[in-house]
Amino acid sequence: MTSIAKPPVRHPSLRQNSLGLTLRDYEGVMSTLCAGCGHDSVTAALVQAAWELELEPHRAAKMSGIGCSSKTTAYFMKQSHGFNSVHGRMPSVTTGANAANRSLTYIGISGDGDSLSIGIGQMAHAIRRNVNMLYVIENNGVYGLTKGQFSASADVGSTSKRGEANEQAPIDPALLALSIGATFVARSFSGDKKQLVPILKAGLAHRGLALIDVISPCVTFNDHEGSTKSYRYTREHEVEAVHADYAPVHAEITLPESGDHLRVVQMHDGSSVRLRSTAADYDPTDRASAYAHVRACQARGEIATGLLFVDGGSRDMHDLLKTPPTPLIDLPHERLCPGAAALDALMARYR
Amino acid sequence: MEPTDVSDPRYYHKVVDCQWACPAHTNVPAYIRLIAQERYTESYLLNRESNVFPGVLGRTCDRPCEPACRRGRVDEKPVAICRLKRVAADLRDEIRPFLPKPPDVKNGRRIALVGAGPASLTVANDLLPLGYEVVIYERNREPGGLMRINIPSFRLPAAVLDEECGYIIDMGAEMRYGTPVTSLKALLDEGYDAVFIGSGAPKGKDLDIPGRAAAPAQVHLGIEWLANVHFKHVERIEPRVIIIGVGNTAMDCCRTAKRLGATDVKVIARRGRRHFKASPWELEDAEEELVEIIENHAPKRMLVENGTLVGMEFEVLDWTEDPSGRASSRVVRTVTIPCDAVILAIGQDNAFPWIERDIGVDFDAQGMPVVDRITHQSTHPRVFFGGDAAWGPQNIIWAVAHGHQAAISIDLLCNGRPVAERPPEGMTLVSVKNGLHSWAYDNDYDPSARQVMRHEELARRFRDLNVEVELGFSAEQVASEVSRCLNCDIQTHFAPPKCIECDACIDVCPTNCLTITTNHSPETDLRQRLSAPALNLTQEIYLSEPLPQTKRVMVKDEDVCLHCGLCAERCPTAAWDMRLFDLIQPVAGAACDREELVRA
Repeated sequence: MTSIAKPPVRHPSLRQNSLGLTLRDYEGVMSTLCAGCGHDSVTAALVQAAWELELEPHRAAKMSGIGCSSKTTAYFMKQSHGFNSVHGRMPSVTTGANAANRSLTYIGISGDGDSLSIGIGQMAHAIRRNVNMLYVIENNGVYGLTKGQFSASADVGSTSKRGEANEQAPIDPALLALSIGATFVARSFSGDKKQLVPILKAGLAHRGLALIDVISPCVTFNDHEGSTKSYRYTREHEVEAVHADYAPVHAEITLPESGDHLRVVQMHDGSSVRLRSTAADYDPTDRASAYAHVRACQARGEIATGLLFVDGGSRDMHDLLKTPPTPLIDLPHERLCPGAAALDALMARYR
Repeated sequence: MEPTDVSDPRYYHKVVDCQWACPAHTNVPAYIRLIAQERYTESYLLNRESNVFPGVLGRTCDRPCEPACRRGRVDEKPVAICRLKRVAADLRDEIRPFLPKPPDVKNGRRIALVGAGPASLTVANDLLPLGYEVVIYERNREPGGLMRINIPSFRLPAAVLDEECGYIIDMGAEMRYGTPVTSLKALLDEGYDAVFIGSGAPKGKDLDIPGRAAAPAQVHLGIEWLANVHFKHVERIEPRVIIIGVGNTAMDCCRTAKRLGATDVKVIARRGRRHFKASPWELEDAEEELVEIIENHAPKRMLVENGTLVGMEFEVLDWTEDPSGRASSRVVRTVTIPCDAVILAIGQDNAFPWIERDIGVDFDAQGMPVVDRITHQSTHPRVFFGGDAAWGPQNIIWAVAHGHQAAISIDLLCNGRPVAERPPEGMTLVSVKNGLHSWAYDNDYDPSARQVMRHEELARRFRDLNVEVELGFSAEQVASEVSRCLNCDIQTHFAPPKCIECDACIDVCPTNCLTITTNHSPETDLRQRLSAPALNLTQEIYLSEPLPQTKRVMVKDEDVCLHCGLCAERCPTAAWDMRLFDLIQPVAGAACDREELVRA
């Protein structure tokens, strides 16, 4: 909690995007998280990504559940829609919202408690349905809001602040997502915005559920020597598999196209993501290769980061359900509800 | 780029733009905070330490601090620093009990000061408490120099000046009024240990154009005319008056003319408005009094009929600038402006007819004394110069700054030390942290606009020459204006070993001052890699020692830092702290107590 509001003064050279908005216009209220919380850096990365993508704030919906992470949605894009749901139910509420209005950009923010414990079922099925949304897990390995108990993502051997070691196997959201058909899986670190911002942009452009597991250290309960999710540990053990560069639809290609491990993935909206693998045998468009890489890193005690897997041609929930391109909320009532006569005719077929 | 050495007082001093810009380095943010706390006497005394004449300067200063003020870079206008200084002066209690007392036993050194203007009075102010005997020679009957005879009383009431000169003189200066010095040699022969010359630049520049000599009674030299008004030798002026020149003296002349019966006053400038020497606020005040300011007119001749001045002829100029910025003009046409009197306010010259040229005081080709910029010593070891007498006309605050430095030199000289061994600047740097998110200063940003000074109504102004135009700020205005100060002396202090590179400070900074980056290139390149490259390159960038985890560096661009302290509030490890910077300026006397002297 800070004592004052962020002064409205802006840097004199602060630029505007094509909507006439500056970076500051994508901010929200002042954070009440602990000073130094990784989540605040994720917020800053989201602000940066949304400004660069020129998202219209009033066409976005910020979705969250319960936990430190779920407070994040208050801290960016104060002019956007938002829904703070009950614990773990963010994916389900977003599924419903998206079903009704497919024209909004959905930004779901969750945490390792909200998504990997109470809400793991909700998350898994939103992934399977491929709901068109950005799904950010701010992963710090502890329940910060209830004073630092281990969460489901805590590594075996990682200790609590008071020194006890965790003995239960962790759930890796990236591996889980890969195994149940996720079409966009990435991992990043709150302390590395150079990596995180392009991934967020690619995730927002992706049609389908873009799952981004962000290691976001809990500065109060899990930034100590025995932690495997501290700033220092993450910096020392992070291995970037694939670096993503996001290119909007009409951007001129200025980056060198040379390099052995470069792949360009065309996104649904015409934009593209250029993926630069750091290892020759790594193919970020191949699910099995991605899965194997994450497992191998895990075995070596490394944290695999980067845009691990992407399927540019994925079909989202609406494609699978064959809903019309017009958002359901914009359809006239007569088309949404065929009426009693149509129901009677349907019922007659089962008689 | 090398890591920044913040243990050098100059780094943090430069961040306090107003204090850095002030020739006397007045501690502006600290005195504004004291005003905010209604501690006017303390505020006045703090002011007086460096600028000696807060009441005078609070009305007349040329305000080098205000164009420098950081607020002007983040908001439209700077803090009204000068007029807040006047608030402290107006509302103070009796300060005499807090002034230093001269010792009963003198140190046996006698110093002569020539002229009782701001420079000499500052020397006296600094030397009297040390036990020096100070003799001030003044050709007029009252002290103050140009502050008294050239600044009109509607801008500076005599009572304010009397009081502030009195504080110094009453410390025991021996005043020799009505005593112009006619020979420096004779003065030196009286056995003074040092002589300080603060005799100003008392000679108005003349204009050599046809007709100038034909009607002498109607053509005046600006500063002489102002002096004559002061001494009541002049009490009226003709209805139509032309002022040639557009500096601050011209502004005083035109406004004084309006009070002595002139109805049509025109100020004529050779060049366009942005080249005017007068301060913008003095131009505004003149225009408020319905003085017409005419640009791009060069005087050609004075028109005299039957021994009477009837007008002036001007060439209207069209100015162009070549790509290198050099201006050239072309005469468009010639115009005649009728008038009954002309006042020439085109500059001042120094005059030293009373200094013999064979006594060791060297003069340059322009007739100016050769004076050391730091020590103020002339080529004669016992003769020092300051104020306008040293390097030509400047402002009062410069004269005060000169006086302080000359007093240090004189004190060094009298103690047998080389005057070039200047005492060093020092600083204190103390955390202002009270507790969690609690600071010993108000760190909230106040978006209020600059307060506008209230003025006396025009009719009353013109009725009496002595009616002060500016009424001062009301209590409400003071409360608003003090809160506009950004407290630039409360510095962001960084301790690299504590940093965990969480980015919290970078994310929260409202003006994108901070960046964590690699340090592999020179400053010009580094500046381009900052979160928001500054438009203003005159401000320093701070570069830390390598950070513990990644060996990158913390970089802070000082340009538009609001000193809001949010970086320190959001820092989980207190690597950032807010610390009160206090510049310790050397003063006369302190030098000879200290061992650590540095060569200038």
